[in-house]
Amino acid sequence: MSAPRNLLFDVPGPKAILRDKVYTVVFTAVIAGLLGWLGYTAYTRGIFDERWQVLWDPQKGGQAAADVWHSLLVRGLLEGTLKAVVISVPIVVVTSTVLVIARASANSPMRAIAYLFTHVFRGIPVLLVMYFGVLALSLSPLVSVVLGLTVYNTAVVAEILRAGIAALPSGQREAGLSLGLRPLSVLLRIQLPQAVRIMLPALVSQVVVLLKDTSLGFIIAYYELLTVTKNNYNYFGEQTTVVFVLAAAVIYIVVNMAVSRFAHWLEDRLSRTRTSVGVIEPPAVRGGVDAAGIGANTRTPYSQI
Amino acid sequence: MGALVDNADLLWQGFSATLLISVVAGILAFAWGVILAAFRVSPIGPLRTFGTVYVNVVRNSPLTVMFLFLGGTTSALVGIVIPVSRNTYFGVTINNGIIFAIVALTLYTATFVCEVVRSGINSVGVGQAEAARSLGLTFGQTLSQIVLPQAFRSVVPPLINVFVAHIKNTSVAAGFAGTELAAVSYRLSNANPGDVFGIFIGIGLAYLAITVPLSIAAEQLEKKVAVLR
Repeated sequence: MSAPRNLLFDVPGPKAILRDKVYTVVFTAVIAGLLGWLGYTAYTRGIFDERWQVLWDPQKGGQAAADVWHSLLVRGLLEGTLKAVVISVPIVVVTSTVLVIARASANSPMRAIAYLFTHVFRGIPVLLVMYFGVLALSLSPLVSVVLGLTVYNTAVVAEILRAGIAALPSGQREAGLSLGLRPLSVLLRIQLPQAVRIMLPALVSQVVVLLKDTSLGFIIAYYELLTVTKNNYNYFGEQTTVVFVLAAAVIYIVVNMAVSRFAHWLEDRLSRTRTSVGVIEPPAVRGGVDAAGIGANTRTPYSQI
Repeated sequence: MGALVDNADLLWQGFSATLLISVVAGILAFAWGVILAAFRVSPIGPLRTFGTVYVNVVRNSPLTVMFLFLGGTTSALVGIVIPVSRNTYFGVTINNGIIFAIVALTLYTATFVCEVVRSGINSVGVGQAEAARSLGLTFGQTLSQIVLPQAFRSVVPPLINVFVAHIKNTSVAAGFAGTELAAVSYRLSNANPGDVFGIFIGIGLAYLAITVPLSIAAEQLEKKVAVLR
């Protein structure tokens, strides 16, 4: 990530520095005042009472704090949310590769089916597919969650990979063909590995999207972090809702930021050692939007929300 | 499909609710997103910090958490109890679920709008802003008169994609008492177990009827913008 360009305002002179200082003080005061007001109204509603104790010393039913955190982090995050992610990601890797092959195939009905699949499953909500799994196919919640996550992400990841392949110099494919490789081998052995490499940041940020979407499992009664959160505040009482929802939000944010950090690190590393693919910039993915987990980098390839 | 035909009024109600949430929250999210983008490129430190923190926090937590947060904690934190109105607009009864959906999606989608607009701002040539500054325009004038109009043109395709995702995200309201398309699919398939496939095909087509024209428009515009550059 390069340093932000000051394209909208000049390097400030003495007057502007003074003015900026005044603005800084004023807006800091405004924001601090707003936060203070929020804190105060929450305080008058008794938000800072003993309800937070539930996180370190729950007073109900012989539960220890370790039980609460075990339920949130192990049963919710690890055995619920991350389990769905860990099952879905390898499936998506395989199915999206198949979809890329189908879209590049010489067989036009195959191409048409792949095209239709991409557009249909990019256009309907993940939740609808999960409902479909539970209600129409009578699948278990876990399988329905995985189904919803995989069909959507297959379509998106295939588009990311296709954009990566399109960005490669045509000489790569031509060289492969002239060596006598079949088109499929060229795709699998020459184009895809390079496409994966230049699109890695987009692919990793797609993992953030997938991770966030596991929370839809909450709606179809899949046992994951939010379900645990709800069970916890139902058990410990209405007033602990704030505590548990905030705890769940913090857990999600920490995990997602860790994945995004990893994406940044990967991107830095790749840009330092990128030799085989030369100076190819990752292209924007058609039909994609700004990467979800990765922030300020305009060069970062797009992926879906 | 028979069950959908028999319950055409319910389907229509769900469709209108999805559209209503999408449009209202979409407009609000666009406005809030542009404001956030302006915060993030402004010369004033506290606003930049606020924008960055807001965007990173909201973007990294799932939309479902936003719904839970609004539904479960606003009364405790700020004492706002969303009034239960039963007014009907455009054939949609505005219950709590619809209002939560509009607020949650506004707060959530705005972060994506912000990032897209900001990338658009960064894509405008440096010379444009330099020329504007050398003419003596202030930050606000440079942004609103020179940079944003050019930025918007190049971010129309990604913005459309944000709104396609936004429209699909309205389905999360189904889990929180919002009677829109996904909720209709759930309700009808519980009532008509024999016709579940038809119901889902119909509801899926209803979503595609909104999203596919938009994403095709985005693709076309993308080609056009690519040529213009």
